[in-house]
Amino acid sequence: MTTDAGPLRQTPLYAEHKKLGARLVPFAGWEMPIQYAGIVEEHRAVRTAAGLFDVSHMGEIELRGEHAAAVVDYLVTGDAAGLDDGKALYTCACNEQGTILDDLIVYRITRDAFLVVCNAGNRDKISAHFRRAAENHCEFEDCSDRTALLALQGPRAIEILGLAGKEAAACADLKSFHFRDAVVANVRATVARTGYTGEDGVEIFCASGDAAQVFRTLLELGKSKGLEPIGLGARDTLRLEACLALYGNDIDETTNPLEAGLGWIVKMNKPLFIGKEALTRVQQAGSPRKFVGFEMTGRGIARHGYPLCDAEGKPVGICTSGGPSPTLGKNIGLGYLPAALTAVGTELQVDCRGKLVGAVVVKRPFYKRNRGAA
Amino acid sequence: MSDKLDVRDGLLYTRDHEWASSKSEGLEVGITAYAVDQLGDITLVNIDLKVGDAVTAGKTFGTIESVKTLSDLFSPVSGKVVKINAELENKPELVNEDCYGKGWMVIILPSDAGEKDKLLSPAAYRDLLKSVDH
Repeated sequence: MTTDAGPLRQTPLYAEHKKLGARLVPFAGWEMPIQYAGIVEEHRAVRTAAGLFDVSHMGEIELRGEHAAAVVDYLVTGDAAGLDDGKALYTCACNEQGTILDDLIVYRITRDAFLVVCNAGNRDKISAHFRRAAENHCEFEDCSDRTALLALQGPRAIEILGLAGKEAAACADLKSFHFRDAVVANVRATVARTGYTGEDGVEIFCASGDAAQVFRTLLELGKSKGLEPIGLGARDTLRLEACLALYGNDIDETTNPLEAGLGWIVKMNKPLFIGKEALTRVQQAGSPRKFVGFEMTGRGIARHGYPLCDAEGKPVGICTSGGPSPTLGKNIGLGYLPAALTAVGTELQVDCRGKLVGAVVVKRPFYKRNRGAA
Repeated sequence: MSDKLDVRDGLLYTRDHEWASSKSEGLEVGITAYAVDQLGDITLVNIDLKVGDAVTAGKTFGTIESVKTLSDLFSPVSGKVVKINAELENKPELVNEDCYGKGWMVIILPSDAGEKDKLLSPAAYRDLLKSVDH
């Protein structure tokens, strides 16, 4: 068991998790539910029906004022200045070396009001980074403590959200990465068509004090539709299948977005942003290593930190995330390999604690939902 | 999932949450309900030894992997492997379903018959669980 130093923080839904019999574990300084019914069962619920996640540990920062757009745009690699009202953007913040401080979602509320959501483990770092940049330019507030965040994900998520009131039902017309304010379960909330599972769904922001009402109401309303509470364990297997990067595993301050397969979130033609110079050099030189997906062909499970070896058994890369895929029934992984070994079909070996187990590079993502379905 | 505090009488236990049962061929070894509960959905059981190989008390004889983590399997006593549960190779879920029965892993013929007396009694193991599970 892992134990983090210092007292653990609890989200406003802590008592709900206890009541539901969740197993709580330390995660990024928080006491979070890792599972309720079991990771595989929860995973399946999200892929076939819907799941409700407490992600209130994540950080929320607001920047307001005439120059807020310019400040955010300078801090992230994406085109934050080009957002419209009610539109969100997956992006990242880099340092001057062009490596990743955190991956983020930036929301443009109005022309001069932006919300930035960061990972729980990076909140202090990102909060300080944004506060410094905002100084003398725009207003800054870290609203993490008064803000709760729930994720409702799965093929039936929108249908279930629709049971939580007229405004909630109207959110069915939100397009991907759009958001708006809406009353959900009699609570003022902001609903965004975003998520971290590879499924359709929404993320719902509300005041900390209102979170339990939204959580309980949605669980009750969604019960007959197969809605289940989902812990961090299934959140990880779901995002792994969908090949969504996990900060601290797949990306960190030693990786740049170009080698991490996140070139699409870097807007190199922006006049100015932190890390641009370094990333321009990386782009010109080409990345020596690249992010890949692989599946195990032998008996073994790749885990974070295991060396990836070429067919001769020579260590050439590193596994950054790995585990069983409940949907595919295979063992899958993500990691970095020299550019020459990243073609789909390339045979590898994974050093599973001293034992070399066969694997092959496959196309990412491992799982893509069927968008044809209603 | 079964009760994680399920401790069976008539078995011996280790601090690593394994059980051992005296059979005619030797000491049958598996993991306890508490270990199963901690691991969650088990996806792979790897016995690194073959029948006839020597094992040492406290040393690993294999690994068990669940969706979320990997855990070592430790030999409760020193001796020789006389039987391996081959069924687990394709049906690791037997450990989830029946950890004290069909989920057994190996049978070890102890080299020192007295060594198993150092293992925990059901009562001592129940006390251990009380101290770790809260």
